[in-house]
Amino acid sequence: MSGTARTIPSADPLEQLPGDLMMWVLIVSELLVFGAGLAAFLSVRITDPAGFAAAQDHLHRAAAGINTVVLVTSGFLAALAVRARCGGRRGRTRLLLAAAALLGTVFLVVKGWEFSDAFAAGLSTETHPFFTFYFLLTGFHFAHVVAGIVILALIGWKDSPHSLEVGTAFWHMVDLVWVILFPVLYLLR
Amino acid sequence: MKYQSQKIALAYMYVALALFTVQVLMGLLLGYIYVQPNFLSEILPFNIARMLHTNSLVVWLITGFFGAAYFLIPEESEREIHSPMLAYLQLLILVVGTAGVVVTYLFNLFDGNFLLGNEGREFLEQPKWVKAGIVVAALIFLFNVTMTVLKGRKTAVTNILLLGLWGLALLFLFAFYNPENLALDKQYWWYVVHLWVEGVWELIMASILAYLMLKLTGVDREVVEKWLYVIVATALFSGILGTGHHYYWIGTPGYWQWIGSIFSSLEVIPFFAMMSFAFVMVWKGRRNHPNRAALLWSLGCATLAFFGAGVWGFLHTLHGVNYYTHGTQITAAHGHLAFFGAYVALNLAVFTYMAPILRGRDPYNQVLNMASFWLMSSGMVFMTVTLTFAGAVQTHLQRVMGMNFIEVQDQLAIFFWMRFGSGVAVVLGVLLFLYSVLVPGREVVAPGPAVQAAAE
Repeated sequence: MSGTARTIPSADPLEQLPGDLMMWVLIVSELLVFGAGLAAFLSVRITDPAGFAAAQDHLHRAAAGINTVVLVTSGFLAALAVRARCGGRRGRTRLLLAAAALLGTVFLVVKGWEFSDAFAAGLSTETHPFFTFYFLLTGFHFAHVVAGIVILALIGWKDSPHSLEVGTAFWHMVDLVWVILFPVLYLLR
Repeated sequence: MKYQSQKIALAYMYVALALFTVQVLMGLLLGYIYVQPNFLSEILPFNIARMLHTNSLVVWLITGFFGAAYFLIPEESEREIHSPMLAYLQLLILVVGTAGVVVTYLFNLFDGNFLLGNEGREFLEQPKWVKAGIVVAALIFLFNVTMTVLKGRKTAVTNILLLGLWGLALLFLFAFYNPENLALDKQYWWYVVHLWVEGVWELIMASILAYLMLKLTGVDREVVEKWLYVIVATALFSGILGTGHHYYWIGTPGYWQWIGSIFSSLEVIPFFAMMSFAFVMVWKGRRNHPNRAALLWSLGCATLAFFGAGVWGFLHTLHGVNYYTHGTQITAAHGHLAFFGAYVALNLAVFTYMAPILRGRDPYNQVLNMASFWLMSSGMVFMTVTLTFAGAVQTHLQRVMGMNFIEVQDQLAIFFWMRFGSGVAVVLGVLLFLYSVLVPGREVVAPGPAVQAAAE
């Protein structure tokens, strides 16, 4: 965590977390919210499996699949950025962060196209319970991608190794949530 | 007392305690009206007494927060309050406003008047001139304490306290916005009501509790601050979108049912954290502070807040449950224990801690004070349990069986009688508390052998 060399690892497990305790509080809170949202989705789905399957057919599975690859690759680049920063290569760090943010933007463009297509087809949160959850969960996630890109820009600017760990932890949470949302919302039959 | 300007807190405490007395007496009266509905119906109708009960609660709690801030900020910032004169002026404005409110409500003066009349929105009934006075008083307060903190030492406790108090003042501005559309009216109304008690007040509560733990247990500031940040983060994370649990049935879009259910379920976390925090600090603490009553109130506050706000809140926060329980006695049960645990007990903990210091006496009448804690708290817990049973019966008869409201009320009579009884216990507890804090003790009660052994 800090630059000081420790021969004896800290007894407090909280001290051993990479990044900052507050970021982990946020990550756990986010996972609780998305987890609860998915649990509620799956519970309501039991009441109307046919309706949920029919609603799901309105989604673009291929676009979401591409987005999954885009976001996971972006997370990989962000992880490489932390490694580069720990090796002291600040220029390479910034390049990797910019590439990660760019892929985040690609995700937003693809997802934005999906949303506009859905709105054009007259789908809304009130259309069917499936779409209430779909728009809530992916909409919240979309907002987190936007926040994540801002954070990537911030840590590219203030690029201490500590900030890098904190900021990329958030970004990994964002792609972890998508990796769970994608199969449950788009693929589960 | 290290700083002379901490004395300001004493005046705030007296005003708060006077209003607290009014509040519980009105509560007792209301409890009696529930079982004898025609009692005083011509002189003091139920709705007026209820307004006084809830408004005096809110005003005394805020007055207590102000007092606590004036007490702890000099110590935390290590300097005198910027202007004691402004602090007393602020209190004067609050007292005049409160008196104006009481007179306006009791005699229904200037009904319908834009500036002087009762505004008629639950909890925000104050006439507009009083609302303006509250804003002026809040601005004076914020100026005064912010100047003090800016020039002095900055600690996590004062930072969070100021964040909470600024939020309290800014959110109150929504009280001036009253759209014609009833759904919008309610939507903005909750910005004040919900974002106060389930948002910024939690920040105030956490910071004051942290201060008390610092003083009473002697745990390192670094440890206390880490807890404080976690509590505040989880409170804001869950509390802001938790507003959605008020948007289930007021005409807002259906997705609020899920946002409200999910986020407000997480509101239990900060309260659980505050309870864990208080007990862990006591276990870790190396200091045996002589003011054991203040410690009892602090622990009681954190515990009852967890049950009242956390558990009893969760009880009816999921929209599938709330569809049946909305507006029944379940709500009343939750409201009573949540306010008592989180904010009443917190204020009484601060008063218990600071009164002996400000009045230059050793902790006195501690046994009475601790007795008042047990009497008041057990009265309140009994009331909560009683109202919960009443609410469960009411939900079934009224919402499931479809009986009409007033027939159901008749079926609940036994619970309302028991609630009145627990109200008597609470009022006795309050009187005992007032005596223990305000009247100097004539003899020092020696601690028993168990306490002495623990202290060694």
